[in-house]
Amino acid sequence: MTVALLDVQGITKRFGGLTAVNSVSFSVEKGAILSVIGPNGAGKSTLFKLISSFVVPTSGRVSFDGQTITGLPAHEVARRGVVRTFQETTIFKEMTALQNVIVAHQLRSRASSFGVYFSSVTARADEERFRKSASEILDYLGLGAVKQMVARNLPHGHLRALGIAVAMAAEPKVLLLDEPFSGMNIEETEAAVKLVRGIRDRGVTVVLVEHDMSAVMRISDRIVVLNFGTKIAEGTPLEVQQNEAVIGAYLGQADEEVGH
Amino acid sequence: MGIEVEQGAVRAGRVGASSGSENGGLTRGQKFQFALLVLALFVAVPILLGHSPYFITVLTNAAILSFISLGVWITFSIGRMNLAQGAFALVGGYASAILATRYGVSFWLCLPLSGLVSSALGALIGWPVLRLKGVYFAMTTLSLTEAIRLLALNGGDLTKGATGIVNIPRPGAIKIFGLTIVPEFNGADPLPFYFLACVLLVLGLVGVWRLSTSRLGWVFRSLRQNEDLATSIGINVAKYRVIAFAVCCFMGGIGGAFFSVFHQNIYPATYTIADSVNFMLYCFLGGLSYIFGPVVGAFLLVIAFELLHAVQDYQALIYGVLMIVCMLWLPNGILSLGLRHVSKGKG
Repeated sequence: MTVALLDVQGITKRFGGLTAVNSVSFSVEKGAILSVIGPNGAGKSTLFKLISSFVVPTSGRVSFDGQTITGLPAHEVARRGVVRTFQETTIFKEMTALQNVIVAHQLRSRASSFGVYFSSVTARADEERFRKSASEILDYLGLGAVKQMVARNLPHGHLRALGIAVAMAAEPKVLLLDEPFSGMNIEETEAAVKLVRGIRDRGVTVVLVEHDMSAVMRISDRIVVLNFGTKIAEGTPLEVQQNEAVIGAYLGQADEEVGH
Repeated sequence: MGIEVEQGAVRAGRVGASSGSENGGLTRGQKFQFALLVLALFVAVPILLGHSPYFITVLTNAAILSFISLGVWITFSIGRMNLAQGAFALVGGYASAILATRYGVSFWLCLPLSGLVSSALGALIGWPVLRLKGVYFAMTTLSLTEAIRLLALNGGDLTKGATGIVNIPRPGAIKIFGLTIVPEFNGADPLPFYFLACVLLVLGLVGVWRLSTSRLGWVFRSLRQNEDLATSIGINVAKYRVIAFAVCCFMGGIGGAFFSVFHQNIYPATYTIADSVNFMLYCFLGGLSYIFGPVVGAFLLVIAFELLHAVQDYQALIYGVLMIVCMLWLPNGILSLGLRHVSKGKG
C-alpha cells in the first residue's frame, strides 16, 4: 500500500446559496496521475482552487504529505509543493519564454531581497542556477527554439506548454493541471499526453481536470467523477466507464465522450 | 482610468523586454544616456546657468520632482496607479520639519529619517490598500492625499495647523575631523541646493535602475502581468507589493523633506491632490516604459510652465489637455519618439 501524498477530506464550498463543491473526498498516491472529470459546472475548477488554496473552503480540509494545507496562503501552498496551472493560457505575456520560467524559480531563491538588490554572491549563484534550470525545462517541453521570444507572440500550443514550464519551475511535488488538453487537435493532444506522462515519470504526482475523455481514459491511473459538486464515482478508467451513475450524468452526451 | 492602467501595464513591460542584458547590467546606449545626464546636470548647467539663481531654482525643483515621480514609476511597475505620492511627500516634509525645529536634528539626518517615516507609514497603509486594483486603488490613494492633508491641518501643536511650520533651518556644514566636506548652505546662493538635488536624482536613478533590472524588478513585473500566476509559483504577492510601495513612499518622503528645507517652510497645502496627479502625469508624459520617463516628464513640464508664466492660471487645464493628447498620440510617452529604434533593437 502506497502512501497518499495528497488527501482531500470532505471539502465543501458554498457561494451564497450555491454549493459548488459538496463534501468531496479522495486521495492521490505518490507518483499517480489522477483525473477529475464531470460535466460543465460540476465544480471541478472550484475543487482545484480549493486544493491550491486560491479559495478558502467552507468546511473540510486538504492535507499534503501528512500536513494540513487548508487555510495557508496560496503562495505558501505552492512553496510546499502543490502547484497549479490555469485553464486559459495564463503566462507573463510581456516577458520572454525564458524570463517567464526564470521568474518562476523565485521561490528557490536562497538570497534575500537585499542580496538580490545588491547582487550578492548567493544571488548571482541563484540566477546562474535558475537560468540553467529554466533552459532545461524549456528544452524538455520542446520550447528550446523560442526561448527568447516574447510570450505574447508565441503560438497557442506553445503557450500551453509554457504555462506548464512555469509551473514546473516551481518544482512541484503535486502538479494540478487545469484542462491541459482543451482546444488541442489529436496530434497536439497526443504530444501533451506524452508530456504529462513524462512529468509523472520525473517523480511529480499529477492531478488534472479535463473534458477530453479519450485522453483522460488513456492517461489516468484513477478518475474522480463530479456532478453538481458531488463525487458520484471514483476508480480506474475501466471502472468509471462502466459505472451507471457516470453514464447517467453524461447521458445525452454521445458515448464517444466517455471514451468508447 | 482602469483601462489606462492596463495599457500602462503593457507599455511598462517594455522595460522588461528590452532592459538589455538580462543579468541587470546596462547596455552601452543606457550607459551613454546616463553619462550624458550626469554631465548635463553637474557640468553644463552650472556653467551655463550658474549666474541665474532663478533658473537654478527651477531646475532644482524639476530634479526633486523627478526624484519623487520615480517612486510613482515603481508603483506603476507593479501595476498600480498611485495617487498618494503627494501625501507621502507631505509626511516626509513634516517629519523633517518637526525633527529639525523641535529636536534640532541635523538636516543630514532628517533627510533619511523622513524617508524612513514615510516608507513605514506607506507599508502600514499599503498592506491593506494594495489589495485593491485599477481604478479602486487610484481612488483610494487619491483620498489618502486629501486625508493626510487634513491630518496635517488638524495636527494641533505638532503640525501647527494652517500656519504650518516655518523657519526650518538650512542644512549645516558636514565636517569630518575638522575638515569641511560640505559647506554650510546659505540663503543667497541656490547652487548648493541644486547640487544636492542632482546628487539625490542621480542616486535615485541608479537605485531604481538597479531595482528594475534586478530579479526584484522581474518579480514586480510578474505581479503587474498576472498576480494569480505569480501566487501560483510561490511568490508572496502581498510582500512584494508592499516592498515596491514602501520604496515609492521612501522617495516621496525624501523629496518632501528636501523641499521643506529648500523653502524653509511646510504647510498642509504644500502637497495637494493636484501634486499627486502631477507626479503620475510626469511618468505618463515621459513614458512608463522608460526609467528616464518621469525625469523627462518632470523637467519638460516644470520648465515649460516656468517659461509660460502668463498661462499659469490655466495650468490645470493645459495639463489636462496635454494628458489627453499624450494618451491619444503618444501612448508610450515622449521618450517613445526618440528611443523607438533603440527599444526595437534590443527587444
